[in-house]
Amino acid sequence: MNRDGVIRKSFVVLVMAAAALAAMAAPALAQNEQFIPMTSYRIGPYAAGGTGTFGGFIDYIDMLNRRDGGINGVKLTWEECETEYKNDRGVECYERLKKKGPTGATVFNFLSTGITYACIERATADKIPIVSIGYGRTDASDGRVFPYVFPLITNYWSQNTAKIKFLGMKSGGMDKLKGKKIVNLYHGSAYGKETIPILDLQAKKYGFTVTHIEVAHPGTEQESQWLQIRQLKPDWVILRGWGVMNPVALKTAAKVGYPRDHIVGVWWSGAEEDVIPAGDAAKGFISAAFHPSGTNFPVLQDVKKYVYSGGHKGNLEDFSRFGLMYYNRGIIHGILNTEAIRTAQAKFGNKPLTGEQVRWGLENLNIDEKRLKELGAVGLLQPIKVSCMDHEGGGAVKFQQWDGKQWKLITDWIKSDQSIVRPLIEESAAAYAKEKGITPRDCSKE
Amino acid sequence: MIYREAGQFKTSYAADQRLFPIRQDRIVVAAMLAIAFLVLPFIGNDYWFGAILIPFLILSLAALGLNILTGYAGQLSLGSAAFMAIGAFAAFNLMLRVPGMPLLAAFFLAGLASAAVGLVFGLPSLRIKGFYLAVTTLAAQFFTEWALTTFGWFSNHNPSGVISAQKMVILGYRFETPASRYLLTLCLVAVLALAAKNLVRGRIGRAWMAVRDMDVAAEVIGIPMLKTKLLAFAVSSFYCGVAGALWAFAYLGSVEPQAFDLNRSFQILFMIIIGGVGSVLGSFLGAAFIVLLPIFLNVAAHRLLPANLSSSLASNLEIVVFGVLIVFFLVVEPHGLARLWQIAKEKLRLWPFPH
Repeated sequence: MNRDGVIRKSFVVLVMAAAALAAMAAPALAQNEQFIPMTSYRIGPYAAGGTGTFGGFIDYIDMLNRRDGGINGVKLTWEECETEYKNDRGVECYERLKKKGPTGATVFNFLSTGITYACIERATADKIPIVSIGYGRTDASDGRVFPYVFPLITNYWSQNTAKIKFLGMKSGGMDKLKGKKIVNLYHGSAYGKETIPILDLQAKKYGFTVTHIEVAHPGTEQESQWLQIRQLKPDWVILRGWGVMNPVALKTAAKVGYPRDHIVGVWWSGAEEDVIPAGDAAKGFISAAFHPSGTNFPVLQDVKKYVYSGGHKGNLEDFSRFGLMYYNRGIIHGILNTEAIRTAQAKFGNKPLTGEQVRWGLENLNIDEKRLKELGAVGLLQPIKVSCMDHEGGGAVKFQQWDGKQWKLITDWIKSDQSIVRPLIEESAAAYAKEKGITPRDCSKE
Repeated sequence: MIYREAGQFKTSYAADQRLFPIRQDRIVVAAMLAIAFLVLPFIGNDYWFGAILIPFLILSLAALGLNILTGYAGQLSLGSAAFMAIGAFAAFNLMLRVPGMPLLAAFFLAGLASAAVGLVFGLPSLRIKGFYLAVTTLAAQFFTEWALTTFGWFSNHNPSGVISAQKMVILGYRFETPASRYLLTLCLVAVLALAAKNLVRGRIGRAWMAVRDMDVAAEVIGIPMLKTKLLAFAVSSFYCGVAGALWAFAYLGSVEPQAFDLNRSFQILFMIIIGGVGSVLGSFLGAAFIVLLPIFLNVAAHRLLPANLSSSLASNLEIVVFGVLIVFFLVVEPHGLARLWQIAKEKLRLWPFPH
């Protein structure tokens, strides 16, 4: 036998051994457990968002297990699946994880607008809720058409109206927006394009002009876009970026001499990981936020105490990211998901729940100031009340400015303008319902 | 001994020109089809249909399309994903705008639409060869993505540019379960794969291969360059277009143009390089390698690696192992997995008495 043959044979044996091991090692499941799938992404251009947010999410659940023994005695379990932020891998992860655990997957958080879109129909058919906190399909806020989708806290359109309100405040009143020029620099994806119609609508209403400029994924080259912006001389640039696109935008803006304190980012461009790589070029940059960074919240202190002590290590590899934007967003994911399970337990009993039961919990989720205090999350999260009509539940954002070292909040909660957003959502949801032949639920009967 | 053809006499031209001239091949293909059609639908579950088999079959079809163009006709292309996108969006628009459009007709017309665009982008191949042609096909890739993103008409003015595929209904039967979608995909892929196999052994396929091996010589012996090359582009785009339509309708249900970006084109190109350039079987093997191996590695990493190993490391490790395996296979067999199978076949013919 020649050498190649030996290599080939040994390789075949290796693969077969691995396959056999993989097949037999199915872990035994205890019964009093609630399974939460973690469709994370730790590689690729958006890894910073994936590792930070899922790090916080997993650490919060781990903390609940260690501090309270789960939720009312039901232990929380999870399994990660790498989606690489790709839709097809995300669908594979969804299918792989949906039946895990004694009652199946509880609730999916994809942290990707594309994967959320791709799984809405599957999840609705499988009766598993999808939570998309601050991303995903905006018109899913209409719970009558999308019973299983929850774009909690605020969706893109709400946030966008708050942003225009903020720009109005900065200019000295909404009437001062008349004649202003705004550029919407957006990521060339479903996520990026989501706010174009609402901006056009507001441009008409307030009398400013808006120019939409696309940056192709992943956005590592923006020279031509920023040269165009320099020619347009807009009063404001809305940066609808994600991942590596953000620091590149700030650096290129500095290069062409556009003032950074006139660039207003979406919350997906408002993390430390988005500005630090841009160095000094990021100073003065403003972004929206539906939660602050920082470690001075009792809930974060608890995570530190129970998860990162006594030789135990949490999910974060680099502890210096503890309390940063993405990490805190993960903590919020943890709070909202587990509070929904807790709410559902109050109705269905303290046992592992099915996705359908957790859906009820999400729809009846009500976190008021008092509950926020008990959770140790005052200031981290806004009070939120979800209903059958409104799957968003919050709708306010703050704005923050990067001072070169950290994010400083520069406004209080700014309420979104639901008088603009809600009719659009209902119109869009109704169109979807018609396309798909869905009869919207009657919320008075829920 | 297993593959010995001794005793299989061909007494007519028809027998000599069969699709699979060796009896063992016929048996194996029939058995595979029987398993795929009759056994898998009963033993598979939603996960296998919805997440593994359907994407594998669809990408095999796309790889087959590229293999016709690159493997058989020798025209390098980096635009396969663009043709998939055209197929997906064309099928969506046909279903949307033509009342009473039958689903299969929409798929067929979507393939034709894609073929028409393929023809246009195939024109440079008459003047440009090799790597230079690959670069010109990049134009197809970027132009398609740009056009589908820029003109809202294609996505029915969806604000985020996402199309959401209509329900699949044929003769009143609704393809809703993953198993039924799998069977529909399998039917189309099986028919198109057999058609491709048939095509490449006949006059057209021979003309393609002649062009591939030396186009000047092919022209000298009277093969029309224009017709042959453009036909390869058209047929290849047709296959990719149908694959794209299936990707949107049978697999994801909703797609955006970015689902068919340059990375997808590269993925399909890698499939045929690893699977075997110029081989129908290779398209399937390559698709299996590129689609299934990362998933297998991910599952294996979860099961085999110690639980306290950080998940970031595990994710990166998968990519590393995947890359190493690609290098490994290309080093031991530069002609792809299909060639490995061919070698195995030759060995089996002599076994157990190799001389």
